[in-house]
Amino acid sequence: MADDLPLTPEDIEEITSILSKSSYDVLDIETARFRLRVKRAGEGFTQEWTPIGGEAKEVASAVEPEVAAEEDGLLVIKPPLPGTFYRAPQPGAPPFVQVGDKVKPDTVVAIIETMKLMNPVHAGVEGEIVEIVPENAEPIEATTVLMKVKPA
Amino acid sequence: MTSIVRNNINTLFIANRGEIALRIIRTAKKLGLKTALGVSDADAGSRAAAEADHVIRLGPAPSAQSYLNIEKVVAAAKEAGADAVHPGYGFLSENINFARAVAEAGMVFVGPDPQALEAMGDKLKARAVAIEAGLPVVPGGEAETAEEAAKIAEETGYPLLIKAVSGGGGRGMKRVDKADELKSQIGYAMSEAEAAFGDGRIYVERFIASGRHVEVQVIGDGTRAIHLGTRDCSIQRRFQKLVEEAPAPNIPDAKHRAIEDAAVKIAEHLHYKGAGTVEFLVDAETFDFFFLEMNARIQVEHPVTEEVTGVDIVEQQLLIADGAPLGYEQRDIEIQGAAIEVRINAEDPDADFRPSPGLVQKAEWPAGAGVRVDSHIRSGDSIPPTYDSLIGKLIVHGATREEAVARAAAALATLNVEGVKTTAPLHARIMDDARFKKGGVDTRFFEGLQDG
Repeated sequence: MADDLPLTPEDIEEITSILSKSSYDVLDIETARFRLRVKRAGEGFTQEWTPIGGEAKEVASAVEPEVAAEEDGLLVIKPPLPGTFYRAPQPGAPPFVQVGDKVKPDTVVAIIETMKLMNPVHAGVEGEIVEIVPENAEPIEATTVLMKVKPA
Repeated sequence: MTSIVRNNINTLFIANRGEIALRIIRTAKKLGLKTALGVSDADAGSRAAAEADHVIRLGPAPSAQSYLNIEKVVAAAKEAGADAVHPGYGFLSENINFARAVAEAGMVFVGPDPQALEAMGDKLKARAVAIEAGLPVVPGGEAETAEEAAKIAEETGYPLLIKAVSGGGGRGMKRVDKADELKSQIGYAMSEAEAAFGDGRIYVERFIASGRHVEVQVIGDGTRAIHLGTRDCSIQRRFQKLVEEAPAPNIPDAKHRAIEDAAVKIAEHLHYKGAGTVEFLVDAETFDFFFLEMNARIQVEHPVTEEVTGVDIVEQQLLIADGAPLGYEQRDIEIQGAAIEVRINAEDPDADFRPSPGLVQKAEWPAGAGVRVDSHIRSGDSIPPTYDSLIGKLIVHGATREEAVARAAAALATLNVEGVKTTAPLHARIMDDARFKKGGVDTRFFEGLQDG
């Protein structure tokens, strides 16, 4: 098993100690399992790990929040963050808004759960809700249109 | 090399993700164990998955369909031929049904016995046990509705705290300053508690204005228990710990010892088996202390204790789970210098700590003498919005607290994470703060930092 030992924090510390006594600034090693680069930085060092042969993963990009944009004369409400869309403050509770409800910019219309935190979604616009797009508890991207609003 | 004494455990299944999964794998390998890791679809390419001997898919990304699904996790552990399951922290780590299901499937749960989990998993029971064991507690009570909460609030007064009964780590915790805020805060607290722990019950207690969060690491083998000293976790934002250090600074020796002794007392009262943390609220002026809760699991901040004691806490968990008696006497434990941990979260400290999931184009973590980084995030990894925002822990150790603070500041200056926002710049400010440098700040430290 010894050949399969991952490098421990103590190992990294030892590598930096060897490097610090040498004239080298960077140690770059690549094995079948990992690539590690230890580099001088300021008074100390940095360690950078890069996956080897890892599968390409879906990336949920964090885009800037987009509160409203025109679409067919309707305003749209987009989430501040990617996450999970909830229409009500808790399971079984009445939804924040229904189709036909009038909203103001500061009306809370939904909750987005991102990284285990509940983030309220404000309408950001004034008008009447004409469509609620995602299903409750559906995962959404930051670009997903949550609701369409007829301007007041 | 240490090895498992009795050899009851050959293959360890890790029922967690992220940095702690990696941390557990590291010690398991040191002990010569085979490691198996359950992963959600989002974590199939994770660093922990790359380092485990065996990887089993649990299900889709949402925790409810993967890491929190008892049936799937137990089935995966069986499929891996595991003899033991390490639950890490969060997720199912303190779930008594999970601990039972693991045992019923013929595997060892790396954690305390179900009785201790049951006693400590519920804040109310924990409080009763603490009173039984002779520990001081804070006034308060449990509420299932806003009306009940209001009734308890009459006894505790304002400000008060709302906590999730099944919670831990501050999730679902709210401070309420006025009676008219109580109802809405309770709604949020209950729904967060329901979402995070599947249990909407809440607990209301008196809020002590100038308090410090001091906790004691304990380990026990069911017969006796010892402590590994204190940690101070007073620097918090919305009850989420940001910075932790060991030992707790600037507490008079006699009080310091009394806190440690109280922790051992409750651990022995419970015949506690494994690693646990006894949390106390310490009055910053008088150093009077109150039992808050006991966390029956490994904690995020365990490395600071490891750094000052030299004890590998995960190793102790595994040895005790394997049936070995405690390998240390209290007199063997000596606190050497000071250690500080800062949590690097994918959050934007300049935008009200907005979560910042996404692709990490570059992750250059500090390294060097007295520097340890526990992180699962590599250059090119992505941070899903599905799980918590912790992307790494920077831990520094110094001969003195002053040296540790300076070392943390120097390390933070070299830390470079590109692609997502992190809390690193905030930590640099904290390390430079005169109050922090002095040591012994209370839990309001963060508000002061914002103002100044």
